Amino acid sequence: MPIQVLMPALSPTMEKGNLAKWLKKEGETIKSGDVIAEIETDKATMEVEATDEGTLGKILIPEGTADVAVNTPIATILADGESAADLAKASAPAKQEKAAESAPPAAAKAEAPQPKAAPAPQAVAEPDPEVPEGTEMVTQTIREALRDAMAEEMRRDPDVFVMGEEVAEYQGAYKVTQGLLQEFGAKRVIDTPITEHGFAGVGVGAAMTGLKPIVEFMTFNFAMQAIDQIINSAAKTLYMSGGQMGCSIVFRGPNGAAARVAAQHSQDYSAWYSNVPGLKVVAPFSAADYKGLLKAAIRDPNPVIFLENEVLYGHTGEVPKLDDFVIPIGKARIVRSGSHVSIISWSNGMTYALRAADELAKDGIEAEVIDLRTLRPMDTETIINSVKKTGRAVTVEEGWAQSGVGAEIAARIMENAFDYLDAPVARVSGKDVPMPYAANLEKLALPSAAEVVEAAKAVCYR
Amino acid sequence: MAAPKKAAASTPQDKPDGGSPPEFTREQELKALRDMLLIRRFEEKAGQLYGMGAIGGFCHLYIGQEAVVVGMQMALKQGDQVITGYRDHGHMLATGMDANGVMAELTGRRGGYSKGKGGSMHMFSKEKHFYGGHGIVGAQVSLGTGLAFANHYRGNDNVSVTYFGDGAANQGQVYESFNMAELWKLPVIFVIENNRYAMGTSVSRASAQQDFSKRGASFNIPGKQVDGMDVRAVKAAGEEAAAWCRAGKGPYILEMQTYRYRGHSMSDPAKYRTREEVEKVRHDQDPIEQVRNRLLAAKVSEQDLKAIDAEVRDIVNASADFAQHDPEPDAAELWTDIYR
Repeated sequence: MPIQVLMPALSPTMEKGNLAKWLKKEGETIKSGDVIAEIETDKATMEVEATDEGTLGKILIPEGTADVAVNTPIATILADGESAADLAKASAPAKQEKAAESAPPAAAKAEAPQPKAAPAPQAVAEPDPEVPEGTEMVTQTIREALRDAMAEEMRRDPDVFVMGEEVAEYQGAYKVTQGLLQEFGAKRVIDTPITEHGFAGVGVGAAMTGLKPIVEFMTFNFAMQAIDQIINSAAKTLYMSGGQMGCSIVFRGPNGAAARVAAQHSQDYSAWYSNVPGLKVVAPFSAADYKGLLKAAIRDPNPVIFLENEVLYGHTGEVPKLDDFVIPIGKARIVRSGSHVSIISWSNGMTYALRAADELAKDGIEAEVIDLRTLRPMDTETIINSVKKTGRAVTVEEGWAQSGVGAEIAARIMENAFDYLDAPVARVSGKDVPMPYAANLEKLALPSAAEVVEAAKAVCYR
Repeated sequence: MAAPKKAAASTPQDKPDGGSPPEFTREQELKALRDMLLIRRFEEKAGQLYGMGAIGGFCHLYIGQEAVVVGMQMALKQGDQVITGYRDHGHMLATGMDANGVMAELTGRRGGYSKGKGGSMHMFSKEKHFYGGHGIVGAQVSLGTGLAFANHYRGNDNVSVTYFGDGAANQGQVYESFNMAELWKLPVIFVIENNRYAMGTSVSRASAQQDFSKRGASFNIPGKQVDGMDVRAVKAAGEEAAAWCRAGKGPYILEMQTYRYRGHSMSDPAKYRTREEVEKVRHDQDPIEQVRNRLLAAKVSEQDLKAIDAEVRDIVNASADFAQHDPEPDAAELWTDIYR
């Protein structure tokens, strides 16, 4: 029976990729371990190795094809004694084998789809007040928006540089710094050893002299190694020096759960950093906000924690084509207006919030969805004004509930709008467990749109 | 776990180099004497004020170690940066920071360098290139490496002088910093002030490699043991290290073998070493007495030396007076300097 070679996944979050090149031709003999093709995504390139022996029967996806979904058959391999005539059989449901080690088992894929496989909702009812009417928009991935923000600020200010693991020659572990080394050179795009504690301290020391480092953490999970320098050195120095010496520095990188990377790589640090005076904490959702807020963070004279989300990196959005698009830190945005319930979230939590709002609308519940964008300083005013209008609130976060940002929002609503509340504030959050690996358990551990819908209905007594 | 060994009684003056350091001129001797005396008298006064309740919290005195920072400062040029841990009053005075501002910070007053918000462990001076004043053991090593990174980035010829103790020398981030400093050839002098005790734990009970000058060996960072009680030896080693850094050759490690006469902080049980050990170092190796004796041997009059004593005492007394009468910070200061 001919064996199908499937499009492999390069990473836990990959959904599709490009078939860049075939290295074997139809009819060529293939040994296990031979590199037969190259595939690429917007963040990585990988060689596809054969795991079976035989002859390359038919190439099903020609080279140069873009957006090939993971697990699509890309070629067939004929075993010894099989001929092209056997190929017809292969197109029928047949034994499927993975092409590369990184590909997940097909069956598991079918039964347990990736929790975030669906495209992000694009429900943006409210125009962005930061963008002048009539501004031309460009469609960009969040990854590109981040890179452009850094490149623009580096062109503008020679004191800005970026350092971190794999930011230069590798072009970024998640390709966020792609092209920066080529434009700015090794002096300003600096690969560091894998020593988070040390290089965070080096960045803070450099910032104390007036330089403006962008310190990339491959993920914020690794920044726990560096958290002493972030908090004790970066956040507190201005105060401890009586205002004499501060620290203009951005710590950025993916935060929170990606997909299927288990407990040590999936923590959401929103609550941790937003607890600390002296830090500003930004956690955007839309591509435009990623760009405008990163530019603001780089210019900010204070240490800024810029929490990104790996799942969102490949998502596209409309980014204003302006010479200098900067969004002020500390302002929430009403992304969808409504009068029945306020749903407050940020970063990838907005995915659930917006999907839930769509669902709720079908039941006649008009949710007002607020994207906080900045967690510290928190835009309490926007939250309170909304709750005064709706009388009900649901917070949505991927992090844990205890001492979480949702708890803080609930407290602020209670302190400032108690008399306006028609129901207790509801929190939707990550479950109170370390992140499990199994696909079904991971899905259960994260919030869902259904939970947001349920919470919203509960506070509306529906 | 093996039973801890009793502290080895090596004396700070083991001179690995052998031979005497280059002689000072009379002016250099006088300056060294005056600067070390200022630190000694200042610290003694701080100890008194602590006893009176005017200074609170932690107060780590530098008495005994004065030759290290004074000798190093004599080897530096304008623009070189200094950063250290929490035993920092001596470093501030040596960089030329005003005694009134330092003492008033110790008493938590508005005229202190940090407006009373930093205290003993947290003072800074942009003007004097003093970058603190850090309370987390070892953190200043990465920060000091960052200062050197900035010099390298800007292409100037300034050197970062990064001080830390024998205790901090065992912290992980020190080695992360060593690696980056040598990898990127950063101009940083790592000055390890080996005063033989990390709080109450002697070097022999805490350190597998007790020769701190070798701590950079696996990174190819050169190191040198220095008699940190002899200000001339310190200055000579500092000049050598600074020249190395300024030539673009990367970091340099200086292990300063020194001794702290007082406790770790003010509430020190003094059970981890004998009174005799302390007295012996004071008697045999005191950095200030060494200079004073040389000056007397060179026929400088007692009167001239007394004049220096008097000048220093006036500065210290004035700082104590200022620090006790300056008002506390305004309550509104609670909410300032959190963000710029």
